Amino acid sequence: MSDFPARADCVVIGAGIVGNCLVGHLSDLGWTDIVLLDKGPLPNPGGSTGHASNFIFPVDHSKEIVDLTVDSQHQYEALGLQNTCGGIEVARSPERMEEFRRRMTSATCWGIEAKLLSVDEVVEMVPFIDPDVILGGFYTPSVSAVDSLETGTQMRRRATEAGHLQTFANTEVLDIETVTGANRPRISAVVTDRGRIECDTVAIACGVWSPKLAEMAGATIPLTPAVHQMVDVGPFDALVETNQELAYPIVRDMDTFCYERQSAGSMEVGSYAHRPILHRVEDIPSNEEAALSPTEMPFTPDDFDDQLEQAIELMEFLGDGEIKYAINGLLSLTPDAAPVLGPTPEVENLWSVAAVWVKEGPGVGRLMAEWMTHGYPRMTDPHGSDVTRFYPQDRNVIHIETRADEHFNKTYGIVHPREQWATRRNLTCGPAKARTDDLGAFYFEAGGWERPHWYESNADLVERYGVEGRTHEWDARWWSPITDAEHMHLREHCGLVDISPFQVFEVSGPGVVPYIEKMAVNKCDLPVGRSIYTPVLTADGGFRSDLTIVRLSEDRFRIATGAFDGGRDEYWFRHNLPADGVHFENRTEAVATYGVWGPNAAALLQTLTETDLSQEAFGYGQVRDALLSGIPTQMFRISYVGDAGFEIYCPTSAGLALWDAITQAGRDFELRPVGAGVYGTTGRLEKGYRLMGAELESDYNPVEAGLARPRVKAADFIGKEAYLAAREAPLAAQLSTLRFESLRCAEGYDRFPMGAGNEPVLTPAGERIVDSHGRVSRVTTAGNAPSLGAYLAMAYLPPELAAVGTELSVMYQHEQYPVTVAATGANLALFDPDDSRMKA
Amino acid sequence: MRILVCVKRVPAVGSRINVTDDGQQVDTAHLGFTTSPHEECAVEEAAQIVERLDGDDHAVVVLTLGPEASAEQLRYAASVGGSEFALVTAEGGLDWDPQRTAVAITDAVRELEAAGGLFDLILFGNESADGGNFQVGIRVAHALGRPIVNGIKGIDVGERGFTARRETDAGYEVYELEAPCALGVKEGINLPRYPTMKGRLASRKAQIQELDCAGGADAGGQSRVRLHRPPERASTTVQLGDSAEAAPAVVDLLDELGVL
Repeated sequence: MSDFPARADCVVIGAGIVGNCLVGHLSDLGWTDIVLLDKGPLPNPGGSTGHASNFIFPVDHSKEIVDLTVDSQHQYEALGLQNTCGGIEVARSPERMEEFRRRMTSATCWGIEAKLLSVDEVVEMVPFIDPDVILGGFYTPSVSAVDSLETGTQMRRRATEAGHLQTFANTEVLDIETVTGANRPRISAVVTDRGRIECDTVAIACGVWSPKLAEMAGATIPLTPAVHQMVDVGPFDALVETNQELAYPIVRDMDTFCYERQSAGSMEVGSYAHRPILHRVEDIPSNEEAALSPTEMPFTPDDFDDQLEQAIELMEFLGDGEIKYAINGLLSLTPDAAPVLGPTPEVENLWSVAAVWVKEGPGVGRLMAEWMTHGYPRMTDPHGSDVTRFYPQDRNVIHIETRADEHFNKTYGIVHPREQWATRRNLTCGPAKARTDDLGAFYFEAGGWERPHWYESNADLVERYGVEGRTHEWDARWWSPITDAEHMHLREHCGLVDISPFQVFEVSGPGVVPYIEKMAVNKCDLPVGRSIYTPVLTADGGFRSDLTIVRLSEDRFRIATGAFDGGRDEYWFRHNLPADGVHFENRTEAVATYGVWGPNAAALLQTLTETDLSQEAFGYGQVRDALLSGIPTQMFRISYVGDAGFEIYCPTSAGLALWDAITQAGRDFELRPVGAGVYGTTGRLEKGYRLMGAELESDYNPVEAGLARPRVKAADFIGKEAYLAAREAPLAAQLSTLRFESLRCAEGYDRFPMGAGNEPVLTPAGERIVDSHGRVSRVTTAGNAPSLGAYLAMAYLPPELAAVGTELSVMYQHEQYPVTVAATGANLALFDPDDSRMKA
Repeated sequence: MRILVCVKRVPAVGSRINVTDDGQQVDTAHLGFTTSPHEECAVEEAAQIVERLDGDDHAVVVLTLGPEASAEQLRYAASVGGSEFALVTAEGGLDWDPQRTAVAITDAVRELEAAGGLFDLILFGNESADGGNFQVGIRVAHALGRPIVNGIKGIDVGERGFTARRETDAGYEVYELEAPCALGVKEGINLPRYPTMKGRLASRKAQIQELDCAGGADAGGQSRVRLHRPPERASTTVQLGDSAEAAPAVVDLLDELGVL
């Protein structure tokens, strides 16, 4: 064994599936001096990998998760450590059968072979399932079981044989040291019970222990250890006779949240149906204290009895099997059920590689190695897993545990794309909350904020504008016809939108101009009072963000970004701060923001101010300080909804007074409060405005998104080289607006695609559309365009299809709906494409 | 045939056993609980004995003395062959030395026998996994005036009682006991079955009789001074290699250890 090193470039802590795969991929990407530590023994140090059921169902509704999972399957396969046995999800309820149609849609989108099965077909494949219990199945032939421990061993060996890795098991990390960095603490060393290793970079891949390790460095990794109960029962003659590890497809009994997986002569039965059982890291025994392993905690049989009964219902022969092994296995739950990956915002060069399942392990290893090497991953946009997505209030133990408790039983649940959280609500509210409550606001959570999505007080408008409801409950869930009515009212009169959840940053100081130019694609060094809408790119030229920057003074800029993007954007802007000369401040909580838009907006606001609001005096894109009803505000003539008007910023303390002043004056102008349903979907979509996380992802560049300006600024900026190359390269995809020609489903009523990211755009014949870079065409946003009487979608299309008039189709709930390309390129607006209303 | 099996709820420990700060008890904060292993074998042995007999008027009565949570061990016994269950609730583990425990169990046995008839056989574990006092079975048998042999690794039913085998260095000692009698069995007498899923579900319906026998005596002369955790023997794992490539190193090591 090699001597314990005093220095390394990178220390990876945790030798589970994730840490092992990370070191393998770091080595592949040219990291030559890596140390891997684990406090347990190898090859099974006692974490969650060691007791995983090790099966992989690749179909998911999330592109990010599917990309990671399918890549993982390829890696397991390449190592010869994958057993492809197929898998069947069975339904006991009609709702689940509907969900299977959604899964078929996702499978089609990602190009994963899948099939809906009748009850007879299920029983033909798994003869010991009771046909009377189920309604049908969803079959995925590529479902597999893998050897995660041996994969880890081989990944380590690969890095070790390359001369890039030293591994030390039975080595406990006691501390992670930092030094003062440019703008936050920076990693300097890892202290272990065998010595201290000076290092530049640390990656925490410690599964359920990750929060404790992060805390040593002064960072947070928001997850909680939680129990997943599993038993091994057998032996059964029917299984023993097969003489195979996996002769039958793995079965997921979706409505009871259970699975049954053959393991040679016996069956593993696991569940996500029992009560959520959360532990604190300090409650986990050490390797020495544990009766089995630290993450195989004592089984609590009372919690599993219902699942035993349900398992016997599905497969009667299980009842006679002996329970040979039963554990409360620990796994990691995060506040939103997604992994926790990427650079921690608190400590420079400290990376989180946590909350990852065996099914995503190797993919995450690759993604993280790319991220650590190139500054951002290349294989897929990681924004749903990015650790910086969490706001400070999302990182405390109460929030983590409360949300984990809420979503644990949804692990196999049917989760609506617009589903709202029930817990941890009303914690962050705009200053007019009391007023919006009185108006019957229905709130969606936006980055922790309560944001009115529609107002019951506008219910009368539904009839006035003749808005129709939706027939199918799934389409109507978390939706209201009031949104379309509010939209029409705004277009006819005016609307007031509470956009206080906007994330507002200010950067200032003598070095601010070169700094902001470095961050943004478009030129920011403009006269005071001017604004810039700009992409922010990764070094590879993909979207990292899009946001609005306003020059407040010679040496001060304000940055406004979306409610869901603030954490990631704040990290990126802070991360790139120079050592001195620029000061960054998050002003979100200090600033209240409203939008007033519509034909009457300027006239209404003019009654409150002496500032000349005419287009001539106060043109589009300009910002002015203005007194509104005596309240100091900044008015910003801009619009995301396609009608003239302003965003208005004021101190939070004055936010209620300003709301009252605007609504009082609004009585003479038919002003109505309007929810984010208009702001985020209907208004935006009619105008073809892009949204970060939907149309804009790191997988696409500004040229493809139609956001490239005619000229490129002289100043250097992050991603410039790649951006210049993209402008010269043949176009591989073009963002386009699609119009649905019919929404009528086979049962004779209209359906309404969600635009949740999993709905593929197909040829009329039903073939997938994949561009020359391997990216699939799929709906990025879908919604009603009430002013057009149309239903629209946005999608990237290969250039040969991105032509107005091209006939295509969109799959939704496993049915195809005809669409036509209605706009493509820079201007995707179908409503007022000349922007005449915004200039009125 | 009526057989009584006395079982004890004990912590399921790992290789390191933590002691509470006051040194009086095993720290069970991280631990699950189980049935003391010798007694798990005793339940299995009783189940096997009655399964070999004709007729269905046999009973395997399982008795435990311990905290209320000990019902978990009775239910486990129900899932692996027990048929009747009794619990003497006894909180405050420290006050329960072997003498006091034996008095309470003796009272419980008398109560159970008064209601259901004599037990042909009372089975104990050789010793409990946590206390390790080796006393309770013998004290109970003595109080009841019945013969007992400890260290039993085999039981056969005879004409008038039982034949029991005890392992010695030289072979087996064989005892013949007339019923009613008692035996202390040792792990290895059998391989206890696992509960089936159906068995587990059925055990939820098991009726547990609560006996009020805890007040029969005070603790005797034995009291605990302090538990000490022995100094840990540092063990270092040395990885000899992966897969087949490790074979020569394994051979060398076995050679070095004198195994080959």
